[in-house]
Amino acid sequence: MSNVYAVSAAPHLKQKISVSSVMWQVVGAMVPALIAGIVFFGIQALLLTLYGVFAAVITEMLIQRWRGIPISVKDGSAVVTGILVSFNINSAAPWWIPVVGAVFAIAIGKQIFGGLGHNPFNPALLARAFLMASWPTLMTAGWLPTKFNSINGLANLPDNVPAIVTSATPLGVAKALRSATQIDPEMANVIMNKLANMDTILNLFWGNVGGVIGEVSAAALLIGAAYLAYKRIIEWRIPVSYIATVFILVFIFGGVNGLFSASLLLPIFHIFAGGLILGAFFMATDMVTSPVTKRGRIIFGIGCGVLTIVIRLVGGYPEGVSYSILLMNIAVPLIDRYTVPKPFGEVKK
Amino acid sequence: MSRMNEFTKGFIKENPVFIMALGLCPTLAVTSSVMNAIGMGLAATFVLVFSNIFISLIKGFIPDKIRIPAFIVVIASFVTIVDMVMHAYSPEIHKSLGIFIPLIVVNCIILGRAEAFASKNNVMNSILDGFGMGLGFTLALVVIGGIREVLGAGQFLGFNVLPSSYQPMLVAILAPGAFIVMGLLMGMMNLKKKK
Repeated sequence: MSNVYAVSAAPHLKQKISVSSVMWQVVGAMVPALIAGIVFFGIQALLLTLYGVFAAVITEMLIQRWRGIPISVKDGSAVVTGILVSFNINSAAPWWIPVVGAVFAIAIGKQIFGGLGHNPFNPALLARAFLMASWPTLMTAGWLPTKFNSINGLANLPDNVPAIVTSATPLGVAKALRSATQIDPEMANVIMNKLANMDTILNLFWGNVGGVIGEVSAAALLIGAAYLAYKRIIEWRIPVSYIATVFILVFIFGGVNGLFSASLLLPIFHIFAGGLILGAFFMATDMVTSPVTKRGRIIFGIGCGVLTIVIRLVGGYPEGVSYSILLMNIAVPLIDRYTVPKPFGEVKK
Repeated sequence: MSRMNEFTKGFIKENPVFIMALGLCPTLAVTSSVMNAIGMGLAATFVLVFSNIFISLIKGFIPDKIRIPAFIVVIASFVTIVDMVMHAYSPEIHKSLGIFIPLIVVNCIILGRAEAFASKNNVMNSILDGFGMGLGFTLALVVIGGIREVLGAGQFLGFNVLPSSYQPMLVAILAPGAFIVMGLLMGMMNLKKKK
């Protein structure tokens, strides 16, 4: 009997997409960002990334052997987690930081919930939150300048800027600007003009700023993201709604002189600064921990954007991408439940 | 033999924290160091033993409808005693346990044993039950507190046990560490029970 007449349940049209092909394509898409990290921070960035990947793969293998289930490290999901953990780390960190982070991500973040597909949180971000809570000084202090000797991305600063600006990452500067005790208002206006400046934004775009390994170059991240979007591994709704929310909120609240006092370049600064591009394209879009419905994805992206800006502008940390995605991760089941599409033909009540 | 069983069941088999999941609020809150864990465990054990004795004695007189308020009055009396004695003789532990000593009044292990055991059994068995459960609670707190103190501060009972090059894992003595350590221990107990 011919296959044409075979009786089977839907779906009838299938694509040859597997977990491992998706994961290895994600790995490939992160290679440009890794290369950017090596260019700007040196070989140390590559070593830290390799430590994270090895630790993640070995942890996954040991736990799966212990649980007596098939070992699935070849599908690449542990590699992705390991790379993302290391991408969230300061290039000056000691070697054991990515190792501990990757072990935590795989063991506590993923396998404890049942393995790939069952984890409520993005494992790499969970590991970042864990590392931030455990070793805050190693994670956030002592940012290294890039190989081209730039750390805050600001050019031609006046001589009398406070030390808090000269040794900080761009978002650290943006945070310090909002506290009058650290920088007086007159100086704040001068520095704000430097932040919302085309030269600064170009530095951020190409990656000549201090920060964690993976977030450094927006351009490299966007190359990878474009490939994933072209292959339809990530979908436009989460990143676009996320970034659009950030743009609008910074435009309204971002200035230091009240509402709508920000120049149009400041929202662009906030989009390219910090981990927003990395988070929006590579972490918020994680298939396991993002909503399945289309409306749900837009709600998820907006929620991430609001939380990110609340943390960046009001909260205690300079950067809020990781916490905002984690907080929205836990809301995903609720979002999915409220955005179930109506079955075709259902009558309005 | 069965008397012995009333005493030992609280250690592992019916451990109030790991098996029955009672009294989790003080378990999570005070286990940031072993010393706090011991102080909390012994205070709760004292209250547990004496409230069990008295509730077992007066169980015939308490009208069924108001038994819970009656239990609470008995428990609160002993908590007040513990609170004052600790304040007088070990002010440091009293200070670091803070609000969690008065809160022993609403500790569900103590109310749970009053309701489930002391109000149905004789005095001797109630003493053994209270003592065993109290020690089981203390054991759980000390295990959790030990893991958290070693990882989070590199110390055990205030003594340095890890080499000075160890960078303390601060999260272990913060609230998330309490949840993670307790969750892992509970999971291990379940795994052991399954096998």
